[in-house]
Amino acid sequence: MAGKTLYDKLWDTHLVRQQEAGSGLIYIDLHLLHEVTSPQAFEGLRTAGRTPWRISGNLATPDHNVPTTLQERLTGVEGIADPVSRIQIETLDDNCSRFGIVEFKMNDPRQGIVHVVGPEQGATLPGMTVVCGDSHTSTHGAFGALAHGIGTSEVEHVLATQCLITNKMKNMLVRVDGRLSPGVTAKDVVLAIIGKIGTAGGTGYAIEFGGEVVRNLSMEGRMTICNMAIEAGARAGMVAVDQTTIDYVEGRPFAPGREHWQQAVESWERFVSDNDAVFDQRVILDGSAVIPQVTWGTSPEMVLPVDGNVPDPTEEPDATRRQSIEHALAYMGLSANQPITDILLDRVFIGSCTNARIEDLREAAAVVKGCKVASTVKQALVVPGSGLVKAQAEKEGLHMVFRDAGFEWREPGCSMCLAMNADKLGQGEHCASTSNRNFEGRQGFHGRTHLVSPLMAAAAAIEGHFVDVRTLMSQL
Amino acid sequence: MRKFVQHSGVVVPLDRANVDTDMIIPKQFLKSIKRSGFGPNLFDEYRYLDEGEVGQDCSLRPLNTEFVLNQSRYKGCSILLARENFGCGSSREHAPWALDDFGVKVIIASSYAEIFYNNCLKNGLLPIVLQDEQLDKLFEEVAAEEGYQLNIDLKNQQIIKPGGEQLEFEIDGFRKHCLLHGLDDISLTLQYSEAIKSYEARREQEAPWLFEERR
Repeated sequence: MAGKTLYDKLWDTHLVRQQEAGSGLIYIDLHLLHEVTSPQAFEGLRTAGRTPWRISGNLATPDHNVPTTLQERLTGVEGIADPVSRIQIETLDDNCSRFGIVEFKMNDPRQGIVHVVGPEQGATLPGMTVVCGDSHTSTHGAFGALAHGIGTSEVEHVLATQCLITNKMKNMLVRVDGRLSPGVTAKDVVLAIIGKIGTAGGTGYAIEFGGEVVRNLSMEGRMTICNMAIEAGARAGMVAVDQTTIDYVEGRPFAPGREHWQQAVESWERFVSDNDAVFDQRVILDGSAVIPQVTWGTSPEMVLPVDGNVPDPTEEPDATRRQSIEHALAYMGLSANQPITDILLDRVFIGSCTNARIEDLREAAAVVKGCKVASTVKQALVVPGSGLVKAQAEKEGLHMVFRDAGFEWREPGCSMCLAMNADKLGQGEHCASTSNRNFEGRQGFHGRTHLVSPLMAAAAAIEGHFVDVRTLMSQL
Repeated sequence: MRKFVQHSGVVVPLDRANVDTDMIIPKQFLKSIKRSGFGPNLFDEYRYLDEGEVGQDCSLRPLNTEFVLNQSRYKGCSILLARENFGCGSSREHAPWALDDFGVKVIIASSYAEIFYNNCLKNGLLPIVLQDEQLDKLFEEVAAEEGYQLNIDLKNQQIIKPGGEQLEFEIDGFRKHCLLHGLDDISLTLQYSEAIKSYEARREQEAPWLFEERR
């Protein structure tokens, strides 16, 4: 019999019951909650007279529409200027306290973007199933976990049963060989993967990311890659457990204590694909050939190396694709064949569940150090992924590096990634953003998003246009 | 959940690939803590020329007359014809809520993002998958005939065209069963409470750290 993939093992470990007609009832170890996709689920639960199946299987924090200015956060939830946002955050607080769910409230130092908080606290562990009403839950797959986004009806289902009814996905291996050159990061790798397989390339699959490049990445880099599996259409992305995973988890607040640690580590080591595991599809990428990436269009697959030129629709033979290129060029205010490095930036955003961890901030700060944000850039924001990331960065003096350069240093939250709070783009503005989606209107009405790594965003802030960060780094 | 057995209605064509859920319902409307009332803001950035705000009276806003939902020939439409990878991006269930609230009960496309697909089924909406060639033909027919309607028969998994031509479609048996009977899957799962409890007991033996209280 052929061996099992990591995903097969995670599925088998959590299968409570094989249902009729192919679906499975799987057990959920960790259910993460935030303010936007949970209120209707809690209301449904209450209306039906139900209570959560297992309180301790849940962990909550508000992130999507918390304000990120210190001024607005000073007086707590009551101080939130937008009354609609305030009600949503109060609703999460009420629901959590009513049912006794652990919540890191807005001004708790542990609050932050839910996908930064889970791993940081050691709540996300290898071999787990993790779900959340947010598509970027795939982030947690970096720990050798099965993690994916769910809708609000499913949030209610998980609250009520600690289980999910789901169909087994197919297996895809994305192997990234070689070594990354300096200045090339996990973000560039995942953008290159999406560019290669397309935004629907992973639909129906759980993607395992492997190969030398992935093995050599830190947990933070692996999280960045798994985070954007959904941008390739795959609900779940994952990386096999290794010593890097175990070292990251050890000693975190919710990680297994000393009495269970050895047993836990032994059980986690099997969360790797067998050598003879069968994947339904394999994709191979030469990591050594990847250079910094920049999206030019309105879908994450519309991505190019920084030395590229914006595509010319007249050279596209397929009618549907030609039409989407034309549409994207018009929306983005770009012309065919324009060099990527000619794109001028109005704003720069360093943050989001993709790239707001300490390592991201360190990398960006190293580029920014001693430089100034270009005078043509209206705003450059750094929004740490959690209160603890912020505190660590401040301990290292990174906030001063950013401030001295002209960046704003903010409080943790999702911020300009999806512009549910006051941080957003104006009409027609171009933004170099370390987030995950460049959809029309995503960062603000008629705003224009270019997805890049933290290094590339930092370089763009200083130059005022895109530049290959490797040229700046060689001057350091 | 509301049952879905059969549906007839006017078809509206949205000839665009990779329609994402940010497009279906922009983020500012996700601040609502309700499940209803999203219809007026469905495709907000395409239907209106101005920037939509929460709680606004949409009847006073300037319309983008080029957008299909604003064209009188598609008035009262309830079947959305779309292209590949429909509903990609954010997991927001507000997207099917907005479609439903507007009046769309059926979507026909060549493929869907998975989370969106699941979310539709949990709300009594039917997302149908057809081949590109079948879709191309439907787009042509809708363009050619004002008030073009389709009849959707879930029980027999058929789309019946005005001339009587039938197109077959596939759907997972369990999901079809839930739709036809309007089943609430929480009640279904709670029938297996004992199986969940015995799973938990076994798992706690194997991996006790997973059952420690987080404080």
